[in-house]
Amino acid sequence: MTTHVLSDTGVMLGRSVRHVTRSVDTIITVTIMPIAFLLLFRYVFGGAIQTGSDNYTNYLMPGVLLIAIASGISYTAYRLFNDLQGGIFERFNSMPISRSSVLWGHVLTSLVSNAISAAVIVLVGLAIGFRTSAGILSWLAVVGILAVFTLALTWVAIISGLSASTSDGAAAFSYPIIFLPFISSAFVPTETMPGPVRAFAENQPVTSIVNTLRALWEQQPVGHEIWIALAWCAGILVVAYVFAMAAYRRKIG
Amino acid sequence: METREPAIRIAGLQKSYQDLQVLKGVDLTVDGGSIFALLGSNGAGKTTIVRILATLLKSDGGTAVVNGFDVAAEPASVRESISLTGQFAAVDEILSGRENLIMIAKLRRVGNPAGVADDLLRRFSLTDAGGRRVATYSGGMRRRLDIAMSLIGDPPVVFLDEPTTGLDPEARLEVWQEIQKLAGGGTTIFLTTQYLDEAEKLADRIAILHQGTIIVSGTLAELRQLLPPAKVEYVERQPTLEEIFLAIVGKEKQP
Repeated sequence: MTTHVLSDTGVMLGRSVRHVTRSVDTIITVTIMPIAFLLLFRYVFGGAIQTGSDNYTNYLMPGVLLIAIASGISYTAYRLFNDLQGGIFERFNSMPISRSSVLWGHVLTSLVSNAISAAVIVLVGLAIGFRTSAGILSWLAVVGILAVFTLALTWVAIISGLSASTSDGAAAFSYPIIFLPFISSAFVPTETMPGPVRAFAENQPVTSIVNTLRALWEQQPVGHEIWIALAWCAGILVVAYVFAMAAYRRKIG
Repeated sequence: METREPAIRIAGLQKSYQDLQVLKGVDLTVDGGSIFALLGSNGAGKTTIVRILATLLKSDGGTAVVNGFDVAAEPASVRESISLTGQFAAVDEILSGRENLIMIAKLRRVGNPAGVADDLLRRFSLTDAGGRRVATYSGGMRRRLDIAMSLIGDPPVVFLDEPTTGLDPEARLEVWQEIQKLAGGGTTIFLTTQYLDEAEKLADRIAILHQGTIIVSGTLAELRQLLPPAKVEYVERQPTLEEIFLAIVGKEKQP
């Protein structure tokens, strides 16, 4: 059966990509909030925030992308939950196909759909003043980190989709993740925060990811931040994957 | 199919959900190429048996063999031999009917998935609706598509869990005809139902599941013998509401 994993996953990917492209409202919902934040911070709050850099749009971009991904993955949980509610999940599991392909189809779809919304947000950013002189290698590093971040959060979404009892519940896990960038270096420098808040902000995953992306785009040395960022993503990925697989095995008996 | 090994053989099957013992030692045998109907009230455990046979649920005890393969020991071979049409239409609402069929054909690795899909759309009178999203289908069309999806790859054993629940009388007749055609072609059909007339109409053998065990099983004629012999009485027979309904909407009731 393992020989069919790739082709089965391909069929599953094709299926859920169609789900994404046929519900255009999903793409709009996923991108509209981060774009609203982008405009709000660029044109409303940005003037009052002192970051020590002259281009606040550049400062904003990493955090806004992370917010977009955090809200994008909630749809993965939602789509998986809907599969479980209808009979299609049982149909797949009673067929001679590789069982992991059912989940991998959703995971790959999440990567594709988040890549689309991230690209849209970067284009909007460029239109309102985001500028970078980053070369191809830096861009590849940016894409790589965002992809690992998406993958890690998608497996968190899979746990939620497999274990939720309502579709609202399936998506609710993403709210705290969407909020996390606000208590980080994404919009304001952490130095301005009071002690305990600052300690939290500086030691949570978003800050290291944001700082790394910012450094890559600004052509600054990334230092050890990139390894902290990757360690967070890898750690979340492994833990979430293990729990998701356990939830999946419980589900399929 | 040379050996007349039964298509399904269940012995001493047990299953509990927490404290509730649903199956308390179920025994039954289904011959290859026959239609077998499992009757029982809601919550009797019919779906539990189907889910165990379809490798979706593990039993707590007993054995179940489908098409010669043990469901616990060789689930992959069982999945090669079966298809399941569950209680809720297992169709993808966002895809079209044709895309649903092609998807299953690809997963079952049959040649020419598009050809297989068009063929089944024709057979189930869904050609016109084939390009539309399933979300726009009526209950009967969904069920027909659901059953069509189950036939891809010609599995020797087909499970139909309450295939006509929620269907209008016409759609029910269409599903019945398809089931009969299928059994005529040598497929073994295991169906669950709470409609007694459905079992009476379709099944070669009928079993009644009650309080966790099979309390009777046999052909319709055998089950009739369990009751005192028929007395001859003169009764003025009124048409059933179903006959009236079908007469008015202009569909012939199938013999």
